[in-house]
Amino acid sequence: MSARLGGRVAGVACIFLSLAVTAEIPLAERRSGYEFMGRETRAMQDDDVVNPGMLWVLDGEALWSRRSGAADRSCADCHGDARASMKGVAARYPAFDAARGRPINLEQRINVCRADRQQAPPLAFESRELLALAAYVARQSRGLPVEVVIDERTKPFLDAGRATFFRRQGQLNLACTQCHDERWGKKLAGNPIPQAHPTGYPLYRLEWQGLGSLQRRLRNCFTGIRAEPYPYGAPESVDLELYLMWRARGMKVEAPAVRP
Amino acid sequence: MVNAIVNVPAQAKRGEVIEIRTLARHVMETGFRRTQLGELIPRDILTSFVCTYNGTEIFRAELYPAIAANPLLTFTTVATETGTIAFRWTGDKGFSVTETATITVT
Amino acid sequence: MTTRREFLVLAAASVGAAGTAQAQLDPNLAAQRKAAFEAAIRRVVGDAPVRPGKVKLDVPPLIDNGNSVPLSVAVESPMTAADHVKAIHVFTEKNPQPNVVSVQLGPRAGRARLATRIRLADTGNVIAIAQMSDGSFWSDSAEVVVTLSACLEEGLI
Repeated sequence: MSARLGGRVAGVACIFLSLAVTAEIPLAERRSGYEFMGRETRAMQDDDVVNPGMLWVLDGEALWSRRSGAADRSCADCHGDARASMKGVAARYPAFDAARGRPINLEQRINVCRADRQQAPPLAFESRELLALAAYVARQSRGLPVEVVIDERTKPFLDAGRATFFRRQGQLNLACTQCHDERWGKKLAGNPIPQAHPTGYPLYRLEWQGLGSLQRRLRNCFTGIRAEPYPYGAPESVDLELYLMWRARGMKVEAPAVRP
Repeated sequence: MVNAIVNVPAQAKRGEVIEIRTLARHVMETGFRRTQLGELIPRDILTSFVCTYNGTEIFRAELYPAIAANPLLTFTTVATETGTIAFRWTGDKGFSVTETATITVT
Repeated sequence: MTTRREFLVLAAASVGAAGTAQAQLDPNLAAQRKAAFEAAIRRVVGDAPVRPGKVKLDVPPLIDNGNSVPLSVAVESPMTAADHVKAIHVFTEKNPQPNVVSVQLGPRAGRARLATRIRLADTGNVIAIAQMSDGSFWSDSAEVVVTLSACLEEGLI
């Protein structure tokens, strides 16, 4: 008798849980934006020789060994060969930063190193140098599964990011989930709607004719729904990045990807 | 700063036709775009690409604004002898970048 | 004469093919660009006839984003000193400027091949014209439907 009651309570609890997550794409049905692209754009991403993102990766490789700041140190001085030391790093960002008490993204982490270890001024968001370093680091995670850490420290920020994803905003009063969870695969202005997994950042967007960060893409998204975009480095934006990466957990990193 | 990536096979047989792929970093500003205030953004493109093989010109391209940013150019040449394949991109505002690759021909 | 008629047939055929797809441009602008396109071809070809054939133009029939359209051209030719492709010229009819790229080749090329990425302002035709060592001109053309990504940046960064 009590077992059946327990079972019914558990059943009701399951219903509540499932209501909260019905919109989320089942893990097995998740697909990278790569699969929504045309054959030619995929070919651009697959071959490092023709992938324009590699121009930034190679720049980043050069910057990695360049001494900087009052401490006159290069990334290599602490981290050695990036191919070994940076393997898997981009796959777990945004990550919690104890000093700041909140998650930070890869670009912010690079600037933290610059300030704390190199005593160098931060690189501007979307600057060629910051993107090059981020692209170089991210490239070392290519093929590895996305694995952001969610624990009692990062959970509140994940929840904040999720709330943003599910909130209707802007003049078009749209929530990210309405297109990217509920209508992925359908067409918008003639183009297929992807699921919005940030597995390839920083990436070369044909629209930009250049490499850019996830934050830049999110700003485009907000502009697209006629909402005010967050400024670069805004905590709300990083929370959303954290949620998006968590949502893409287990999917393979593709950086530097190419997207339309 | 990496201005170009060139891909030339390191080795080839004499007489073999090899594929050369080049990727240059350049914004290729068309001159047709406008700022938010409606001002025309001036043209800034690569206009010319020349490839030489041990000093002899083997390929030349005239580029126009219709070439996409970060231009990719792929072409072929006959591997005639061991030596240096040199690439030069020139463009608006006195832009000039060169790159070289070596090839061993047996 | 035949040369002019052949030229006009070629131009008309390319326009006719484009007419099947949606014409987005203001008709005056479209007319201006078509005239510029024909003039650009004439500057290269002069009075000589341009025959379809020998050239294979590869462009995707539909592209994600007109900012970067992969394009390749291959021309049948032995590429000997006596018989080779001297140059390949690519034009497009809907861009503000009709020239896309012109390459100079020769027997040292081994094969008459070119691959690059181009920009297309709108759905329309692209034409590749090969200039042979004997002075003849051959061509191939193809239509590309250009769609644009949603959620455009609109100049903001």
